Amino acid sequence: MVSSNEARAASQARLAGLGFTLPAVAWIVLFFGAPLAVMAVMSLLPLTADGTPPQLSLKAYRDFFSQPAYVQAIWNSVVTTALVVAISLLLAYPFAYVLATRVPKRWQRFALACAILPFWTSYVVRSYAWLLVLAPTGIVNWVLINLHLIERPITLAYNPSATVFGFVHFFIMLNALTIYANLVQINPRYVLAAQDLGASAWRSFIAVTLPLSVPGMAVGAFLTVVLCIGDFITPQILGGNKELLLPQVIMMQIQRQLDLPMASVMSLVLTVIVAAVYLLVQKPMRSARL
Amino acid sequence: MNISKSLWVGAALLALTPAAQAADTLNVLTWCDHEDPALLEPFEQANGVKINFKDIDSTAAILAVLGQSKPGDWDVLVLDQTDTGRLAGMKLLEPLDAKDYPFSDIPAEIADPKLSSVGGTLYTIPEKFGYNTVAYNKAAVDPQAMTDIKAIWDPKFKGRVAMYDYYVPMIEYVAIALGKKPAELSEADLPAIKDKLIALKANSSMIGDVTTVQQALASGAADILVGGGEWVTAGIAKDNPNLDYVIPTQGGVRWQQALAIFAESKQKDLAKKFVQYIVSPEAQGKLATSSCYWGMPANSKAVLSDEQKAILRWSDQPGYIKVSHPYLQMTPEFDKALQAMWAEVLQAK
Repeated sequence: MVSSNEARAASQARLAGLGFTLPAVAWIVLFFGAPLAVMAVMSLLPLTADGTPPQLSLKAYRDFFSQPAYVQAIWNSVVTTALVVAISLLLAYPFAYVLATRVPKRWQRFALACAILPFWTSYVVRSYAWLLVLAPTGIVNWVLINLHLIERPITLAYNPSATVFGFVHFFIMLNALTIYANLVQINPRYVLAAQDLGASAWRSFIAVTLPLSVPGMAVGAFLTVVLCIGDFITPQILGGNKELLLPQVIMMQIQRQLDLPMASVMSLVLTVIVAAVYLLVQKPMRSARL
Repeated sequence: MNISKSLWVGAALLALTPAAQAADTLNVLTWCDHEDPALLEPFEQANGVKINFKDIDSTAAILAVLGQSKPGDWDVLVLDQTDTGRLAGMKLLEPLDAKDYPFSDIPAEIADPKLSSVGGTLYTIPEKFGYNTVAYNKAAVDPQAMTDIKAIWDPKFKGRVAMYDYYVPMIEYVAIALGKKPAELSEADLPAIKDKLIALKANSSMIGDVTTVQQALASGAADILVGGGEWVTAGIAKDNPNLDYVIPTQGGVRWQQALAIFAESKQKDLAKKFVQYIVSPEAQGKLATSSCYWGMPANSKAVLSDEQKAILRWSDQPGYIKVSHPYLQMTPEFDKALQAMWAEVLQAK
């Protein structure tokens, strides 16, 4: 009798669990799984000149991987994203650390609000604003000229560095938020214990705080990869088309030819890269045991 | 509510449904220059119809809209005339009769059947044109130097040139600089054109779309713009009167837009009336001076004031038309080859 009740309770718990997870699963299937499947099918139906229904084929994949300029775009996207992640983390960490450990609690909220201010403006407007700042008549050149560091304006915008710069401005704050959220959860007694055992401040930071803040860095890095590698706006406005990233090549296929099969192939490549990065960082993201 | 009242309410609601509206509506896929009420209202009033337009900006956008529509949903389209062959090849366009349209009032180069017909069948009617030019800041650059297309490769302009991010006019300008006729380009010409484009890129400060090159000209990041339409400078000329444009003596590139009727349209007579209206002298004047962008009307009898004609450089047109080349008439395969080459140019270090 008891075992029957337990079995019923377990069954009810399973049903309840299923009921709670079903909406999330349905959401993922509907808005992620299904579009991904459509994209995969689309990539196998190459464009025909006369609009007749195409035959299943790997032609779009062959066309993509046989174009060095398109393959180069993958490499450019990976390198740009890696740079943005590295620079954003390097700059965001000290900011988040000071905020979490040095700034009085009552000021932290204000500082965080200031930190997320850049998110309040339109992404496109922000990119064009950077263009004005970096222009020959912009403030950076004006300062450099007035400090007699340069004689004539130098080209700061319209190159890959400007793209990285624009990205970093956005993602530094995103990373600062994830790292800060992680740092404030670390039990301060761990550091005190390390110092009681004779570790210097630097040693206790390296041996205790830094490893414990890896999950925050991993989450920030992953979000940066997801948002950065698929972004079209920033490289298009700030990069001056001096080199192409994969989203720009995808837009080329859509804007002129409406070549959805080729665009699907490229989008799937992007998805594979993001999935690979996720596999790489999922362990550090889950390693928080505070 | 009594029965007769209910019937009236029901009838009124029925009148609001799209199906009921369809009979009194002409559905047009159009660029922004066809959307002024001053242009559309005379036609709507004369024919007792409403123009239901959807704003598109490219042939790819037309295909995207058609992909989400039922056959017959759309009646008329505005297109870049270089895509006549592509859309006719997909059997999307209705064959037209030249006698129904004022071809005698359209300059012969603009009315060239090579641009409007496929296999001897007329599919598109030219309505507006203009030029992809060499624009420059005359406060910073000698206007005389800009009349030579080869000047944009001159090292003295290094870092001061902006390239327009559309491969068709850019490739044509390079072909002109190499002494090739754009209409005769083939895949064999592409390696030389690619090298020349890469050399131009090395001399340039940036490559961008309309807004980005406007920003570059306005901020001084570039003093010269190659391949952009005259609308690029027109949009910012008020704030920067030193911006001007020229068609190089070796030749220029001419854009041309056209009207066509969808083969699946269920209102072909009304669609034909609309096309006839747009190429009439009155409508051509309004289309040429649209609030979205100005451009030369195809019909030389367009109703325009002297001031408007001066802005459009009306008296220069015979010379401009003579030295300008229309956009390349391409097969989809050649178009893909050009696009891939343009990607290689953009990736070149």
